[in-house]
Amino acid sequence: MNNWRYHFSHNLGTWTAVGLFVLMFTIYISNHEAGLNPAVATTAANKAVLLALVAIAQTLPVLTRGLDLSVGMVFVMANCLASVIVVGTVGEGLLGCVGVLAVGMLAGFINGAIVVWGRLQPIITTLATGAIYYGIALWIRPSPGGDVQTDIADFVTGQAFDVIPMALIVLLIVVLVVWIPYRSSVLGRATYAVGSNEQAAYMSGVPVQRAKLLAYTLAGFFAALGGLILTFNTYSGEASSPIGGTYTLNSIAAVVIGGTSLFGGWGSAIGSIFGAFVLRTIEDLLFVFDLPPLWQPLFQGVVLLVAVSLGAIRVFRIRNRLELFT
Amino acid sequence: MFDPTPLLELKGVSKRYGGIAALTEVDFKAYAGEIHAVLGENGAGKSTLIKIASGVTDATEGEVLVEGKRVNFHSPTDAMRAGVVCVFQELSLLPDMAVADNLSIATPPLRGGLIDAKAQRARAVELLERVGCEDVHPLELVKNLPLSRRQMVEIAKALAKKPKLLILDEATSALTAKDVERIYLIIRELRAEGVGILYVSHRMHEIEALADIATVFRNGRKIETFRKGERSVHEIIQMMIGREVSHHYPAKPPFDANRTPALTVSGLNWGREINDVSFTAGKGEILGLGGLDGQGQRELLLALFGVLKGVSGSVSVEDVPMPLSGPRHAMKAKLPVALIPEDRKVEGLMLPMSVRDNLTLASLSQLRSGFGIDSRREGEAVDRMVQRMQIKAPDLAAPVATLSGGNQQKVVLAKWLMTEPGIILLNDPTRGIDVGTKQELYKLLRSLAAEGRTIIFYSTDYAELIGSCDRVLILYGGRITRELKGDECTEHNIVASSLNVETEAEKAA
Repeated sequence: MNNWRYHFSHNLGTWTAVGLFVLMFTIYISNHEAGLNPAVATTAANKAVLLALVAIAQTLPVLTRGLDLSVGMVFVMANCLASVIVVGTVGEGLLGCVGVLAVGMLAGFINGAIVVWGRLQPIITTLATGAIYYGIALWIRPSPGGDVQTDIADFVTGQAFDVIPMALIVLLIVVLVVWIPYRSSVLGRATYAVGSNEQAAYMSGVPVQRAKLLAYTLAGFFAALGGLILTFNTYSGEASSPIGGTYTLNSIAAVVIGGTSLFGGWGSAIGSIFGAFVLRTIEDLLFVFDLPPLWQPLFQGVVLLVAVSLGAIRVFRIRNRLELFT
Repeated sequence: MFDPTPLLELKGVSKRYGGIAALTEVDFKAYAGEIHAVLGENGAGKSTLIKIASGVTDATEGEVLVEGKRVNFHSPTDAMRAGVVCVFQELSLLPDMAVADNLSIATPPLRGGLIDAKAQRARAVELLERVGCEDVHPLELVKNLPLSRRQMVEIAKALAKKPKLLILDEATSALTAKDVERIYLIIRELRAEGVGILYVSHRMHEIEALADIATVFRNGRKIETFRKGERSVHEIIQMMIGREVSHHYPAKPPFDANRTPALTVSGLNWGREINDVSFTAGKGEILGLGGLDGQGQRELLLALFGVLKGVSGSVSVEDVPMPLSGPRHAMKAKLPVALIPEDRKVEGLMLPMSVRDNLTLASLSQLRSGFGIDSRREGEAVDRMVQRMQIKAPDLAAPVATLSGGNQQKVVLAKWLMTEPGIILLNDPTRGIDVGTKQELYKLLRSLAAEGRTIIFYSTDYAELIGSCDRVLILYGGRITRELKGDECTEHNIVASSLNVETEAEKAA
């Protein structure tokens, strides 16, 4: 086999998600009365990018064989905070953006610190911290409202050259500037090593603790970025528990559809992005086919089950029945 | 010894786990440019020595010096920085990552702060070539490689760290003959380059072929260090055994060659681990499985209990064929089969559940009344068993995790005895339990056999096999290489056939 075939088979999960998305999006567009125009694309992108960012956030802890149930709440907290501090002039607004992202990273770092030094299980840790972050969101914004710096908001939710949705460009920049370098950094590789086999990673001299800390911290960063962009879309903040919960659960679904293993050590944020796009497109498909939006959870469930089943094929190759339980 | 400063020196090193001494006041030196074999039985302290030298664990007492300087390793990384690199028996590779990633995992080539994938691949190609694995593509995932290739990759990974002292712990156990040759060549090359090598192996011929110097360990103590040719193989074996049989075993009945067969196994095969295994076990017989660790004994027991998939060959119980398709079938055989698993904490017990619930777990179907469990009968059965096994549990409703190791093992055994098994498979049941409980266990096994049950007993402790078995099968590389009956079960015979060297008697014949 040549190198390209290996690259392809290593990213099979990602390519499957890409294929699924392209198929669904093509069906959507060809049935849309207006077809593909910048307005349709921008509406779709603005919604999809939010979940995509939260899904990237979820991918990192999952790669270390953990789970972050607080991503949705960090997302909501960032939204509330942004509706307070991303105001004033463009310069002040940008400073506010930095503040929001810093708070997100701090939230993620706290999760990581508890998991690494407190040695608590990630699920229960982030369940608890998620509730705390939601409490902070409520404290910042007890009732929906607030404002956001309009120039920045319109820029981020608009189109570049009147064609390409700006939100997609932001996502692309994030992937190029954060994910790709992270993926080939020593700590990024360590993230995969930890998820693949933590003992072996330790024995091989991999910086296990730093890798986990960074993974959770970056998760906080991506979730906060999502919350920030949500604010640009809605021009307000809302401490909504259902939004936080939905985003958390959908982020896990997107990660799985994107081919990342919940057992850790395998997968990619790019897969998760397309996993998120797939989930969002389900909603749009229901719309163009005039099906009641109430069906959305049902279809999401079916897509998720199919994706998980693909990953379960390994069961047929097992020789020792005890391995079924590991 | 041109260089008076040893590469690695241990001075008065002891290691205790809890109250148990794994290594006692060991002085040990390894020099650059020498291949130093480390010999000893299972549990003699070799692994502990290696773990201390490579930073996996630290010594309770004593000093470790590398090149004359005192060191205090807190992790394998520390040891690697000092030039001590170990190829571990349990592979330390990351299964979901490519070979190239694994080879450079600790110190990848960087460019602009990021990992240089191209340079890393080139390095992988070079290293794979060095260990003769040109057929392995650097982008292949480790989990897709067969075990023998993985072991070679593991060795290549150690070479990538440019060790001063390379420790090989049973590094050839899964290799093919061709690969072993290659490893010999590499080891000799390294010696010529002035690298020190610690070589742990159970295979006597490997030691003869490679070592310049050897040290024998026994019961956590260093027995002797000698140079090549100073001691014969048989002297070495004697040094490795060298102890009095320290446990008291119940009296064995005279050897009976004409027992009614209870279990007949013929032509059993499973992958590379079990090769054409055939034997019969009679009623009332204690049949031992011996040999080195990991020669297919565990897999054989698992296969008989129906846990493994794709086993070929046939197994019959009292001439009725038994399907090998899951523990439930084995438990329903004409003579019900029970397996006392090796790792009682994982496969044997539900640690947070009560002693009572654990005891009745495998025999619930016999205690059923209607839809529920007959709690009166359950209580009686549990009391009977606790009495018989003398399980020391202050409260039967307390979690089984609160009992001592020995009592936990009794609970596992009792749980299976409650199913009234005719054939009992034991997978190294005395590991990590105290002497008193061991003796009770031996007595129990003998009384179970006297009731006409068949017992198949795998143990890593030779003395135990000698003391309690009527017959011992020695496995090597998944095959039965020797059958020792009655009085033939001596320590010398077992050790010699485990190492796959001929005994004096055979040589003469």
